[in-house]
Amino acid sequence: MSGAVGGFLRRVGAMMRKEFLQLLRDRVSFATMISIPLLQLVLFGYAINTTPRHLPTAVLAYEDTSLTRSILAAIENTRYFEVVSHPGSAAEADHQMLAGEVSFIVEIPVGFERAVRRGESPSMLVAADATDPVASGSAIAALNALVDSAVKRERFAVEGGPEGSGLESAPPAFQIVTHARYNPAAVTQLNIVPGLLGTILTMTMLIFTALSVTREIERGTMETLLAMPIRPVEVMLGKIAPYVLVGAGQALLIVGAGRFLFDVPMIGSAWLLTALTVLFIVANLSIGYTFSTLAQNQLQAVQMTFMYFLPNILLSGFMFPFAGMPLWAQWLAETMPLTHYLRMVRGIMLKGADSGDLAQDILAMGAIMLVAMFIAVRRFRQTLD
Amino acid sequence: MSEAAETLPQGSLPDTPYAIEVEGLSKSFGDRVVVRDLTMRVRKGQIYGFLGPNGSGKTTTIRMLCGLLTPDSGRGTCLGLDILTQARAIRRHVGYMTQRFSLYADLSVRENLEFVARVYGVPDPVKAAMAAVERLGLAGRDRQLAGSLSGGWKQRLALGACILPSPQLLLLDEPTAGVDPKARREFWAQIHELAADGLTVLVSTHYMDEAERCHEIAYIAYGDLLAQGTVEEVVAGAGLVTWSVSGGDPAPLARELATLPGIDMVAPFGASVHVGGHDAAALEAAIAPFRDRPGLVWRRDEPTLEDVFIDLMNRSKDNFR
Repeated sequence: MSGAVGGFLRRVGAMMRKEFLQLLRDRVSFATMISIPLLQLVLFGYAINTTPRHLPTAVLAYEDTSLTRSILAAIENTRYFEVVSHPGSAAEADHQMLAGEVSFIVEIPVGFERAVRRGESPSMLVAADATDPVASGSAIAALNALVDSAVKRERFAVEGGPEGSGLESAPPAFQIVTHARYNPAAVTQLNIVPGLLGTILTMTMLIFTALSVTREIERGTMETLLAMPIRPVEVMLGKIAPYVLVGAGQALLIVGAGRFLFDVPMIGSAWLLTALTVLFIVANLSIGYTFSTLAQNQLQAVQMTFMYFLPNILLSGFMFPFAGMPLWAQWLAETMPLTHYLRMVRGIMLKGADSGDLAQDILAMGAIMLVAMFIAVRRFRQTLD
Repeated sequence: MSEAAETLPQGSLPDTPYAIEVEGLSKSFGDRVVVRDLTMRVRKGQIYGFLGPNGSGKTTTIRMLCGLLTPDSGRGTCLGLDILTQARAIRRHVGYMTQRFSLYADLSVRENLEFVARVYGVPDPVKAAMAAVERLGLAGRDRQLAGSLSGGWKQRLALGACILPSPQLLLLDEPTAGVDPKARREFWAQIHELAADGLTVLVSTHYMDEAERCHEIAYIAYGDLLAQGTVEEVVAGAGLVTWSVSGGDPAPLARELATLPGIDMVAPFGASVHVGGHDAAALEAAIAPFRDRPGLVWRRDEPTLEDVFIDLMNRSKDNFR
């Protein structure tokens, strides 16, 4: 049977070589493959910041006392808030928020300081622009921490001695009532870069193989290819293989740039990450190839790719917290390689996870890959019927 | 098992006198019958011309022979291998040249040939491809992209790619469409050389002069095989009697003659008109009134292959209705 195996490898090799040459000849695509990952990494890495600072804030203070000044100073000291206006009325403040000029309104009621000193624990209202809950979330979280420190400092100043610290276990001097309730898991650049690695690979890998079979059909070369003694599985492997190299190159570029530009660490094993990245690339290439055998032309193939890509982005945990989704959506997301890959990358790079920790995700991704390959080979038409 | 057949040396293919032997092949697309009950045999080492109007089922037949289409019914062998069950083994020994250029336009001449050589398992593909480049007269152009070649060179390259893996049978689907006369002549010279070396060639064409270069021809129209044999046999078998008339204004004369009973075929031919019929007596009776018309010169002549084909086409259209 060594003759048969040799023939198989030879034909896969021939196909692979041909695909690689075509890839090199298509300068635009090739340049895209190099530039897309870098561009996106720099763009998103620098641009996307889910814990934004210096959010514009309006202060609607109905009294001006040393306590209120101290609170406002503390608010600004968190660096999440920047007081940009002092509207004269609630209506004016509302207008500023509607117009998008401020993201927060801090309202300090009349008699606030007096109420604090009497121990009445009055409320201070913070209204947050909830249209961008992700942006306001961290800022609101920071508010809660400043209450005690602001009052402590104020008491310290007013009562003139450290004895005041005995009151620490008492109920809070005042309460902050907030209107925005969304509070996502803190997402940082360290989280964005590994996520981008997965999404960029998904997008480029899907597109390139999704086009590969339909392109042969549209250019008429499929007829010659089918008339040759080559099997569907050989065509598929030969078409996928060059892109594994391309994908690995992209991954290297992203991880390298992430480390260089954003100091993203690599706590776990780089070799494990490499192996799993190759698995992930092959899984996506197989899915793209399946689309390629389902679509009748290149346009359809691209459409299918995007239909598939969007839920990948939205449900995988890249954009929104996975745990926040309803169970059915989580199950749906489990069928996508990106969901598993994000856990792998974040686990390996940021938490130092090993293959044992990731066993479930590795098995799931392998299964997805095999199912896609199976469908692709079954769907590949060996005749023109 | 097909894998074993594929790696067999060429000499060990089943030994049959026929390269192609099919019986009762039919193929429909939807409710349109494209090939109906086709039976044909092609002897080894022959150049077999496959003729017929556009859409007559030539391409479909060729695709069934090399396993690209599955026949709805019928059976047959190609090089002694079953076309239904041994399609993969057939592919190894058959060179198929498609009607439309279907090599990779974005690969160079040499890269295309190397790809073909590798897929077919030709030993030393790089050397084989370079040898083919030399043979094709493409030396110096081997790095040119196939898509940038002119029509004649593309056709030459396509044929070169077909014969590179040393097939036993060539299936050429309208190989000379859109190629200038000089390139056509060279192409046919090459086909005859290949046949002399023992290769069997099935070639579809629209050109009568090309049909006459074939050892045998078959005429297919609207899915039916209407005639086959040598050119002489086909012409004789048509039972057509023809006269040629010159000296008058051909166009009105042709119109006048076409309506008469006993005349089955009228074709203006330069300054003369070819008139043909299947019943010699009825034809002579029909043209009798014209024989005395002044200025017209009547001459009994031999039907040409074109006369026969036009007659066959007209008759099959009648059947089709």
